[in-house]
Amino acid sequence: MKSASRLEKILESGAFAVTSECGPPRGSDPQVVREKGELLRGFVDAVNVTDNQTSVVRMSSIAASVILKEIGLEPICQMTTRDRNRIAIQSDLLGAAALGMNNLLCLSGDHQRFGDHPTAKNVYDIDSIQLIYTVHQMREEGKFINGEEIKTPPKFFIGAAANPFADPFAIRVPRLAKKAAAGVDFIQTQCIYNMDKFREWMKGVVDRGLHEKVKILAGVTPMKSVGMARYMKKSVPGMDVPDEVIKRLQGAGKGNAATEGIKFCVEQIQELKEMEGIAGVHIMAIEWEEKVPEMVKAAGLHPRPEV
Amino acid sequence: MIIGHRKPLEEILQMIEPFDKIALIGCKGCVAVCAAGGEKEVGILASAIRLARKKDGRDIEVKEVTLERQCDPEYIEEIEGFVHDYQAVLSIACGVGVQYMAERYQDIPALPGLNTDFMGGSQEQGVWVERCQGCGNCVLHLTGGICPITRCSKSLLNGPCGGSSGGMCEIDPEVPCGWQLIVDRLEALGLLETLYEELAPYKDWTTSRDGGPRKIVREDMRE
Amino acid sequence: MDYPTNVKILRIPCTGKVDALYLLKALEDGADGVYVAGCEEGDCHFLVGNIRAKKRVGYVKSILKDLGINPGRVEMYNMSAADGPRFVDVAREYTARIKALGPSPIRTGAGSEPTEEVAEKEQEPEGEPEAKQENKPAGEETAQPAAG
Repeated sequence: MKSASRLEKILESGAFAVTSECGPPRGSDPQVVREKGELLRGFVDAVNVTDNQTSVVRMSSIAASVILKEIGLEPICQMTTRDRNRIAIQSDLLGAAALGMNNLLCLSGDHQRFGDHPTAKNVYDIDSIQLIYTVHQMREEGKFINGEEIKTPPKFFIGAAANPFADPFAIRVPRLAKKAAAGVDFIQTQCIYNMDKFREWMKGVVDRGLHEKVKILAGVTPMKSVGMARYMKKSVPGMDVPDEVIKRLQGAGKGNAATEGIKFCVEQIQELKEMEGIAGVHIMAIEWEEKVPEMVKAAGLHPRPEV
Repeated sequence: MIIGHRKPLEEILQMIEPFDKIALIGCKGCVAVCAAGGEKEVGILASAIRLARKKDGRDIEVKEVTLERQCDPEYIEEIEGFVHDYQAVLSIACGVGVQYMAERYQDIPALPGLNTDFMGGSQEQGVWVERCQGCGNCVLHLTGGICPITRCSKSLLNGPCGGSSGGMCEIDPEVPCGWQLIVDRLEALGLLETLYEELAPYKDWTTSRDGGPRKIVREDMRE
Repeated sequence: MDYPTNVKILRIPCTGKVDALYLLKALEDGADGVYVAGCEEGDCHFLVGNIRAKKRVGYVKSILKDLGINPGRVEMYNMSAADGPRFVDVAREYTARIKALGPSPIRTGAGSEPTEEVAEKEQEPEGEPEAKQENKPAGEETAQPAAG
């Protein structure tokens, strides 16, 4: 075992992992975080806690992660390189480890243009792949970026994101290989709607044997409405929503789109369970966390294994 | 070249509000090429300033001068003979020129008529685009001649990010994804297999603005 | 054919020669309005001279707006060099517009004026207007096309 991470244990045991997501509040009330966590208790193995997602100011990921850990859940801290330089990053890593964090997801982070403070300076001192390398170096060699030794180095189970649907497609598998070479342990993909394209990407991943070096968790998000599907198709960068998906939601009839969306998501999870190279599923039910338990049950993934 | 554009007229007029005798100094260098501060622009801005004053029943004397450059002391020196007759220097050179004016003529306010934007070049007539951030440590040989610091909105050295879509950057559908351009170039040069998967090391930002104000010296050229 | 006597003509070989600066200087020197009369689009002897003129007129309009001067005090018109009646119509139309705007504040020092451009209305010219105007046409009444 590389870390004390519960997620690592589950993945190592060969069980199909389930993770989900929790967005911290735009305020300092810890109770909001606890309530979101309670919705997921017992249905997921670990919970991602986002880091100022879409560049909108929210309670920090590490703080919200600690709150979740206090109520017995397994958090995955997310860290972007948009808002912190290497000094702050290494400092936050030491702090997170001191507070008992075991999982870290390394991201570049959405450009601040999308967020609520677009006039801010962006940092991007290092990028997401260099961050993976940094966290890996800390764990394996106990060293800071400048090569000096760390007293009591943090040992994180290291994650990153992958987007099989972004361009250019030609380098999406090489990019995963790059992250693997930098030391990543697990990957969560962008949410999938285009299963054909996803299978194509997975073929490239499996051909290179990357699924054996890195645990891949496929991302899914249930569609709430036809409007949501259209919005995601048109306005979210790196998102691939085929017209068939929108047609299917429309075909379900008025008022039934949400139920159909959940149904589609559960079908996806069932298919992903059988797909070669997939070690788990990452369910991102944005502002719809209460639906996660029923989806996990319907997909035959409840109860979660004890490790 | 250094690209800039004229400040809004309202802002310029406010800057010169207390004065009725100014020297408007242009530059035949970069700002002339990007049609922001050359001789022509001096004429137009001077006329606009006079129109604004006349309209309000006030007067102003605007001396129109265009220097070879405003980033060399020898050219700044050329206005010594008359500049002290004026209350302010409105420079429409880049920020460098304005500062040279301020440094040389300490008792005369040096006002910026331009907003200086970036280092770049002409894309087509009337369009100028950014190409260089002056990071002080060029890696263009490793990225097929496309700068990742400047052309990637996140300055990624191991790009692209997951927001690259249709060859365009997530911040604006009209901005090309810098890393798409790099990948295309590396592919055309047959270097994609080798160069792309190499982990680009951490950048040393001390050679850029982050390290503090910079200076380049050629000892062999000093007197 | 008669056109308002306050319209002063300056001849140039092609409106492509019109610089933004000439338009500004004309207003500085006291003109209440300046209009550029160029050939019909597509008929320019120098291909795009009149297109460039149109853009420069647009640029000067934006400068005037920023200064609190009505952008209608500069304008671009297109006409065939041989079309005398059109020349007269434009002269009258523009004269009427400037009359409605009143004397240029640059002359009177009266301060900023409204900067919305008002759509032209059909009206009969009311005798001799007092305001001075200048214009620069591409051709002249002698049916001589603009020479290269």
